[in-house]
Amino acid sequence: MTPHILIRSLDRGAIFFLLAIACIAILVPILNLAVPSTSAFYVPTYLVALFGKYACYALLALSIDLIWGYCGILSLGHGAFFALGGYAMGMYLMRQIGTRGVYANPILPDFMVFLNWKQLPVYWYGFQFFPYAALMVLLIPGVLAFVFGWFAFRSRVTGVYLSIITQALTFALMLGFFRNNFGFGGNNGLTDFKDILGFNVQAETTRNALFSTSCLAIMIGFVLCRAIITSKFGKVLIAIRDAEARTRFLGYRVESYKLFVFTLSACMAGVAGALYVPQVGIINPSEFAPANSIEAVIWVAVGGRGTLTGAVIGAVLVNYAKTYFTSGFLAPYWLFMLGALFILVTLLLPRGVIGTLRHWNALRRDRASAAAEDGVREPLPAE
Amino acid sequence: MRFSRACLVVLLLVLCFALDWETARAASAADAITHFTADDFSETLTGIKEIAGSGDPRAETILRALQEGQLQFSAQRKAVYIKDVSGKLTDAVTGQPISGELPPDTDNVRLNNRLRGALDAALGGLTLLAKDPATRYDAAQAVFKSRQASALPTLDAAIAKEQDKGVKRAMQEARAAIILSGTAGDADKLAAVDIIRQRGDQDSLGLLASLPANTSPAVMKSVTAAIGAIKNRLALWEAVQNAWYGISLGSVLLLAAIGLAITFGVMGVINMAHGEMVMLGAYVTFVVQEIIRARDPALFDYSLAIAIPASFLVAGCVGILIERCIIRFLYGRPLETLLATWGLSLILQQAVRTVFGPNNRDVGNPSWMSGAFDLGGITITYNRLWIICFAIAIFIALLALLRFTRFGLEMRAVTQNRPMAASMGIRTSRVDALTFGLGSGIAGMAGVALSQIDNVSPNLGQGYIIDSFMVVVFGGVGNLWGTLVGSFVLGVANKFLEPYAGAVLGKIAILVLIILFIQKRPRGMFALKGRAIEA
Amino acid sequence: MEMLTNALLYLNGVTVSFDGFKALNNLSFTVETGEMRAIIGPNGAGKTTMMDVVTGKTRPDLGDVMFDGSYDLTRLDEAEIAELGIGRKFQKPTVFQSQTVADNLELALKSDRRAHAALWWQESAAERSRIDDLLATIRLTAERNRLAGSLSHGQRQWLEIGMLLAQEPKLLLVDEPVAGMTDTETQQTAELLKQINRDRTVVVVEHDMAFVRELGVKVTCLHEGSVLAEGTIDQVSSNERVVEVYLGR
Repeated sequence: MTPHILIRSLDRGAIFFLLAIACIAILVPILNLAVPSTSAFYVPTYLVALFGKYACYALLALSIDLIWGYCGILSLGHGAFFALGGYAMGMYLMRQIGTRGVYANPILPDFMVFLNWKQLPVYWYGFQFFPYAALMVLLIPGVLAFVFGWFAFRSRVTGVYLSIITQALTFALMLGFFRNNFGFGGNNGLTDFKDILGFNVQAETTRNALFSTSCLAIMIGFVLCRAIITSKFGKVLIAIRDAEARTRFLGYRVESYKLFVFTLSACMAGVAGALYVPQVGIINPSEFAPANSIEAVIWVAVGGRGTLTGAVIGAVLVNYAKTYFTSGFLAPYWLFMLGALFILVTLLLPRGVIGTLRHWNALRRDRASAAAEDGVREPLPAE
Repeated sequence: MRFSRACLVVLLLVLCFALDWETARAASAADAITHFTADDFSETLTGIKEIAGSGDPRAETILRALQEGQLQFSAQRKAVYIKDVSGKLTDAVTGQPISGELPPDTDNVRLNNRLRGALDAALGGLTLLAKDPATRYDAAQAVFKSRQASALPTLDAAIAKEQDKGVKRAMQEARAAIILSGTAGDADKLAAVDIIRQRGDQDSLGLLASLPANTSPAVMKSVTAAIGAIKNRLALWEAVQNAWYGISLGSVLLLAAIGLAITFGVMGVINMAHGEMVMLGAYVTFVVQEIIRARDPALFDYSLAIAIPASFLVAGCVGILIERCIIRFLYGRPLETLLATWGLSLILQQAVRTVFGPNNRDVGNPSWMSGAFDLGGITITYNRLWIICFAIAIFIALLALLRFTRFGLEMRAVTQNRPMAASMGIRTSRVDALTFGLGSGIAGMAGVALSQIDNVSPNLGQGYIIDSFMVVVFGGVGNLWGTLVGSFVLGVANKFLEPYAGAVLGKIAILVLIILFIQKRPRGMFALKGRAIEA
Repeated sequence: MEMLTNALLYLNGVTVSFDGFKALNNLSFTVETGEMRAIIGPNGAGKTTMMDVVTGKTRPDLGDVMFDGSYDLTRLDEAEIAELGIGRKFQKPTVFQSQTVADNLELALKSDRRAHAALWWQESAAERSRIDDLLATIRLTAERNRLAGSLSHGQRQWLEIGMLLAQEPKLLLVDEPVAGMTDTETQQTAELLKQINRDRTVVVVEHDMAFVRELGVKVTCLHEGSVLAEGTIDQVSSNERVVEVYLGR
């Protein structure tokens, strides 16, 4: 990445945001490891794991915001890329168990021994090596998104059609992964992990390291998204979002722009899934459920689409609320609240929290500048 | 010698029926029964055959008793008794109760497998002459399966006097089966192969595949041809069965998708809570049935007739409410509509879960919807058949509504060109609300139909929503025929893929095919064309 | 490639039908390089469909559409046709509302349209001065950093023409440029189009007969998807059939 792109992409707000994430990434492990558990500032380990989970969701939200907020592609199947990344990581973790499994088979994971399989399926080869697994975390969601997007965008499937087809994609994958003969553990998925890169996944230090890594991933993802949207590429994306046909008539190959950003977004979602799995200790086909993908979209809507920071904040906010409400006596009402959130945000707060704040700011500036120039105020764009 | 004797017996039998010559029969049965007192398997076999051939009215009772192990004999007295389950004794030949002690040497008439086979055949042969045609038919089928050569004389006699066409054919098939397994001449066997070939089911295939080794090459040739023909025929019926299942699935998809197609076509919004409207309809059926069960169980057969309008009204009103409160504020923002209605579906599901509980509720089939009948080589259940009729009726009603009513005209106008319709004085917002109500109401009626074949649970709608979207995407928007063709094509394709790929892979294959299909026709099969349609 | 025709734009026997309705029916006409052509005709005559066909939005069922003698436009898509040098201004002004006026021009500026080029793009001094020039031409210099969505209707029309110029096309297709404009704006637009015509070929679709007269160019009148009359404005407006179907008696 050349310096001019970096300089262009990091305005004051972006730098502030990056610093905030970096602080959290450093502070939480310190408060967990270095502060005595009797202190008021102590952060218990379960919270570190919970924050780590939120961080992964935030990265997923970022990936959705990149395509929805800036390019108008509403994917209702991004959970599929998240889960595929998670499965790639899960396969690595399974191979790391080795002889410590219930059946103590050095090669075959427990569920394969249980199913009486004699050999490791070919597509499991190589997953014992971390670099290979890491490559697959990017490659599997990326290739799927590329192939899917190539077909969909080339034939100009847009709007709700595209949303529905992405939903069908994740639904089909869910059905597939539920099957035992797919070789991914069927219903139960992959679990009982022991080590990651030689460290115990349950250990406090590992958890903290995973949390910080997730924050780092958010920062990298954020800078990447900023670099894209502040380039001319980003302007073309917004042009596509607002008037796709017009962009075509200007000579832009809309499908290649969409394909690039969709694939990149899927890779980001894959990374999010890969970081998620060691922190929650399991990956199973329910991650593919269409409901999960739509829920991720509402995080972005709450925070404000097309704002990036809003996506991260929205993911954390909604998931904190979910943790809070589903653990108390309010649990049966959580789905009512989530449903109401969908309706109220789309009806009353279409720009989301961050988007609305920014919009007010822009309004104020526009008024000030208009008043300064000639006193004539033009109407602002109606949303 | 045995054959000629059997012939004689049959001749006698026929005479008996003709002349009602009772004494001769009685004598014959009484004679035959002494074979049972020898305690020798081959003697017993002779006894079975002679009793079967005796034409005695008690022959069946005796042989049944033998089959059940209730036949006792005394070698000393040369007498045979029936000891029924309660221990009551009767004389086997006369049927008179026996009082007093039995002789000490009384013992069961013993059977072995060969005898049991002969006994089955003999009983089959006896029932061949029964009064009830259904019994005769079953007997013929039993002989077909057992292929006992001993049944042949009775069979011939029965064929000669059989009046019922269907039963006669079954008997002839049974006869052909016996001939093929026996040692008859080639000419007879060839004729028999022909008869079996015409029967053409799985059993015929089994019969032809297991012929004795001594069958002549000429017959074998004809048999091979017959096997080929039967296999083709069976494959054809299997295809027909698959097509039937496919049409059945298609009708369900049609019911679920048609409301969606209307709302999407007219308003360009996708209602993610559409599946929940279906679910509401199913729960309305449940409530209606509960009320009927509690108040007036006699009305149960009419429960669906009450549930259909009720569910239409309930789901339709909920639909109008949704449109007025949520969707109308989101026009022009289809993606947001999608999210808001998804939220709504969560609320509706959870509400139903809170009121009715998370488990499946029991919705009964009225008597006219249960059961099945055979048509050629396939079985058709009444509930599936009714649902197909129902789906088509709704489709026709909707077509008529669109074509012949003012509201339909306005709806079509709004579908094709909203601003133009508005400038012509059509109150588009009213059309929107009513359209949404109509679409939801149809979904509610679909729920009544689905309650008959699926589990009624809060998740009912979820299972159909993606499939119905696929139908709409595939069929194209703004044309009901597209929805009709789309649902039946997808339904049939699904069922034809299932045997090869399994249900899950079949679904995935369908999805891939749809994605490839929209490469060619991005707007579905029956897309509106023209300037008014903008990307 | 062999030159099939000398004309810049060549339509021959073009037919487009929508569900049986023939929007274009055996339409044939040519536009020479450097020419300005006005296209008139009643509603539904096929003017917009003709533009759709030329810009690749609609594929004709029959007929040839050639550009610059050697490019078969029926085989290319919108982006490829735009890259060849055909610019289009829509009937309803479409600018990118949530981007600034400068960004709108930036997007339209003739440049490498491929995705990776856009990713590594860096604004050059040449581009900047080009945008300044364009802003001056379309009188929107003061609005440079305003969102395009907040412009008035007339300003948007001008911005769109500016975007068209930024593309540096060989052929401009302009659909009803003066609809909804004041008289002065209309006159200014006519001046602007004439100015553009000095080094580019222009096809204008317009209803406003006064405007067409002002342009003073060859006129083609369409009716029911084919050419009804062609010639100077006076010839066409005195043609009996034209009077009957379009101008009214």
